[in-house]
Amino acid sequence: MENQFFHHALKILRDVCIGCSHCMRVCPTEALRVKDGKAVLYEDRCVDCGECFRVCPVNAIIIEQDDFSKIFGYKHRVALVPAVLMGQFPEELSPSEIYSVLLELGFTDVYEVENSVEVLVDEVNAYVSNREHEQPIISSFCPAIIRLIQVKFPSLVDNIMLLRPPLDVSALYCKKQLMDKGIAEDEIGIFYITPCAAKIAAIKSPVGEDRSEVTGVINMDLIYNRVLRTLKQKGVESCVVPEKTSLTERSILWSLTNGEAAHVNGRCMAIDEIHNVIEFLEKIESEEITDIDFLELRACDESCAGGVLAAGNRFLTVEKLRSRAVNIKAEEETLPDPSWKNITEYKGYLTSMLAIQPVTPRSMLKLDEDMAKAMKKMERVRRIMCFLPGIDCGTCGAPSCQALAEDIVQGKAAISHCIFIQRNMEQTRKLHPDHAYRIMEKIWGKDRFTKNCNKK
Amino acid sequence: MHFEYKVQGGDFARAGLASSQVKKVLKQLNVDAKVIKRVVVAMYEAEVNIVAHAYQGTINVDIDTERIVLNLKDHGPGIPDIPLAMQRGYSTASPVVREMGFGAGMGLPNIQSNADEFKITSEVGKGTNLEIVVYLNVPQE
Repeated sequence: MENQFFHHALKILRDVCIGCSHCMRVCPTEALRVKDGKAVLYEDRCVDCGECFRVCPVNAIIIEQDDFSKIFGYKHRVALVPAVLMGQFPEELSPSEIYSVLLELGFTDVYEVENSVEVLVDEVNAYVSNREHEQPIISSFCPAIIRLIQVKFPSLVDNIMLLRPPLDVSALYCKKQLMDKGIAEDEIGIFYITPCAAKIAAIKSPVGEDRSEVTGVINMDLIYNRVLRTLKQKGVESCVVPEKTSLTERSILWSLTNGEAAHVNGRCMAIDEIHNVIEFLEKIESEEITDIDFLELRACDESCAGGVLAAGNRFLTVEKLRSRAVNIKAEEETLPDPSWKNITEYKGYLTSMLAIQPVTPRSMLKLDEDMAKAMKKMERVRRIMCFLPGIDCGTCGAPSCQALAEDIVQGKAAISHCIFIQRNMEQTRKLHPDHAYRIMEKIWGKDRFTKNCNKK
Repeated sequence: MHFEYKVQGGDFARAGLASSQVKKVLKQLNVDAKVIKRVVVAMYEAEVNIVAHAYQGTINVDIDTERIVLNLKDHGPGIPDIPLAMQRGYSTASPVVREMGFGAGMGLPNIQSNADEFKITSEVGKGTNLEIVVYLNVPQE
């Protein structure tokens, strides 16, 4: 059984897209093409890593978030913030100052996602030491990695740790906490301030869960702007919350590279950046690398500090989080409201809710469901590859010659899209130059051959 | 469908290239992920065997809708005592090779346990021939 429908947080604004193909060239799963002068997404291949978003020069790729005003549809509005949010701001600002601004923006409660790490650590270790689980255990932390495994490494889906990530656990806790106070479920809105697109996809179309406890998502760059603006206009003095926090040292660092792996027993490795992860998983898949107990894999360089929606420089963010972790005093503790109980008091309840369903593969690589047909298509791909130049220039609107050949056998492109083939066909008078011109216009859009001094 | 790969003895840096190519092909052919894993693990072990012990070798891969046949033929020292070589933990690998993480003596038994059919013939001083067959549709016992 494979999932037929999945939500993508990344959207291409056709009106804004200039068809520059930057996104197509960086996509780690070759999910993008250029057609009619616009980037087109093959949705079944997209893992929501956001690499395309990073390189778009005109902001034509957007990360779909909930409208901020949606929070006011709820009487209790919890802002669920990841620790990396802190790292975005100048060091003079303390976490509590930033939180007080969040309250001013309209949230009724602010809660740090990584609080749930203290509930999770023991469970992760118990899971990893259970030899019935497929080794190595791959962390469920990064939703882009889960999606990457589903589409590109289907044989490794059983290695994914079937425990909810900290975000889900904290959302469960916040909801339970408020409901225990007699608040109705429909009055509670839990909003995650996300550093990346994959977390949005994970909330809107969860893998291994029926639905997410998170009500909505607000992009971190929006919060970053609003917080800084508020502070500039009103000054830090207006902050009311005392400078204390309940996060422990390890929970502050959890979302950074080696944040998880450092606290799991056994032979653990931490790998960040999606191409690095792909390279490593290839070797894990063919058992070239064995005897690893736990793999922490993150799609972004420097993990969540390098999230596509994180405004700050990722290395400075890491530095700030590390210094916060060093300075933290364990006995200090602040809860959103004095009446809130510490998350560890809910450990029993949360632990009982940790398990998620097995992850199903949704392989993007197959040429056809039917193997006999797939073999015929592959034979054709191999024949076509004999004629393509192998320089991966992208002029055909596909990221590589191989990708074009596969598109051709799937009926999504024609061999005449290749500029080398066109020259050949023109020489043997099988293609009129006017026709070749029209083919290029069909790929790259009209007016693409006219002079333009304003290229991005 | 037929694929052929050349393997150079001693080139550990490139060991595994052929098996990763075959893995890609099998994924594109929509072969069951568990079957792919068995094929690739067996093939990788066999490929490393050629790199570790032989001077050079050729891997022929034949795929149809029923089964995958891997034929690995090498020019090398050959195996004098095949039953001994098939024992788990038995290894002739040099300390240098072991240091690189190869040569734990699990190669041949591991190949056999991942294969549905397994044939090995060898001639001392000439080379070794390995035939590995994995069925696509019959579940492994």
